[in-house]
Amino acid sequence: MSTERAVVVGASHAGVQLVTSLRQEGWSGDIVLVGDESALPYQRPPLSKGYLAGKCSLKELAIRSEDFYVKQDVEPLTASVQSIDRSAGELVLGTGDRLSYDALALCTGAHPRRLRAEGADLDGVHYLRRSSDVERIREDAIPGRNAVIVGGGYIGLETAASLRSSGLHVTVLEAADRVLERVTAPEVSAFFTRIHQEEGVDVRTDASVEALVGDTRLREVVLASGESVRADFVIVGIGIEPTTELAEAAGLVVDDGILIDAHARTSDPDIVAAGDCTSQDIPRYGRRIRLESVPSAVEQAKVAAATICGKDKELAALPWFWSDQYDLKLQIAGLNTGYDDIVVSGDPTRDRHFTCYYLRKGEPIAADCVNRPRDFMATKRMLTQGTAIDMAALKAEVAV
Amino acid sequence: MAVVTFMSHDGEQHEAPLEEGSSLMQVATNNAIPGIDADCGGEAACGTCHVIVDPAWADKVGRSGPEEEEMLSMNPERQPTSRLSCQVKVCESWDGLTVQLPEFQM
Repeated sequence: MSTERAVVVGASHAGVQLVTSLRQEGWSGDIVLVGDESALPYQRPPLSKGYLAGKCSLKELAIRSEDFYVKQDVEPLTASVQSIDRSAGELVLGTGDRLSYDALALCTGAHPRRLRAEGADLDGVHYLRRSSDVERIREDAIPGRNAVIVGGGYIGLETAASLRSSGLHVTVLEAADRVLERVTAPEVSAFFTRIHQEEGVDVRTDASVEALVGDTRLREVVLASGESVRADFVIVGIGIEPTTELAEAAGLVVDDGILIDAHARTSDPDIVAAGDCTSQDIPRYGRRIRLESVPSAVEQAKVAAATICGKDKELAALPWFWSDQYDLKLQIAGLNTGYDDIVVSGDPTRDRHFTCYYLRKGEPIAADCVNRPRDFMATKRMLTQGTAIDMAALKAEVAV
Repeated sequence: MAVVTFMSHDGEQHEAPLEEGSSLMQVATNNAIPGIDADCGGEAACGTCHVIVDPAWADKVGRSGPEEEEMLSMNPERQPTSRLSCQVKVCESWDGLTVQLPEFQM
């Protein structure tokens, strides 16, 4: 009998954690980690921050050292995967070669949502997801130039902060009436708008892009209002879409992401999935959610590896997120989905540190903490372990 | 080769080589040490790489900085020599260093 082989498709945060956890959970067979980028798997969050600013090398961002793959006997394979042949238990690679598996994990990630506007294919229009994207942006990001960011979400704002700090003129265009509209309370949106304005960023809301204009190379962005903004280059950050083609073609259930259960199993119990490509029902929030975050990818990967090894582990961790902009560290504990009230500790209209607690029916469900790591940890602990923060007392204190 | 020992909450020992200039968190993750989650990859943003330094080594390794302190202060398993291992740059002269892992990373 030959050795069993686990194949992990997708070599980023989820994939790397999955191969690590497979070894920790006792998988003794072969492990192949298939990725379509040639560099060692690297951390993606710093791409819009330190890597864009040229402060760190890709090597420094490696999630694990080269040594790790040797010592843990993990075979990295740079290849694209064409399809999954479930009945044969084989992957068909881009080269036409077949790779058999005994256990399969899909960590195919996500890709940037494309901007649908005239001229969106001009030179100088960028997206930001991979290191190669950032390397192209860096060629354009010369101090004094005009950068236009389409999308006032976390990626857009982090990118704006990095470019502004590098001495570029930066305009942020947000189609909604405030930045971070989908993810935070109006008070938090107003805070980030103020900070970016104080740093010299031109933040425009209700600003939909009508067209990108130039000859071969981009020159300006025309808005639906008819206004135009000078642009030497554009970075589009209007969200990501899960990369699910492979799973869909293999007949797995996909609902805004490859659907996984509490054990990270797909609709085929012999295939697990983890990371940005997945969606899951989260009992804590009573709904199906696609979490876009490294911590969630890591958690799902640990559970997926345990499932492959026949162990009983369930997804339970509290979702959390972070974002760095200028000197600000935003840490978010929990999801604020469905909140009906907020309590703000500190003064976001004036200071550079505060916490916005989100409540539903009087119960705290999440918090946005800006330069308040203590509040973040307290909230994380409270939501995870049920320790109490006295919201009534906090409210009273805030009201004074 | 200089070696650090990670001691799990239930007494299991894992050794890893100390690579000058790496963070203690990187030493752990590069060697698949169980119990160091390091969700944020070393940004002192998550608090999931908590270790408790053997008190005999505390001065050599150094004490926690203000930002770390904020993250650790809410941790129920916090000890006087607690550190976030992502904030500890290791030296090859630390051969024999032992750190204890908490029961839970939070």
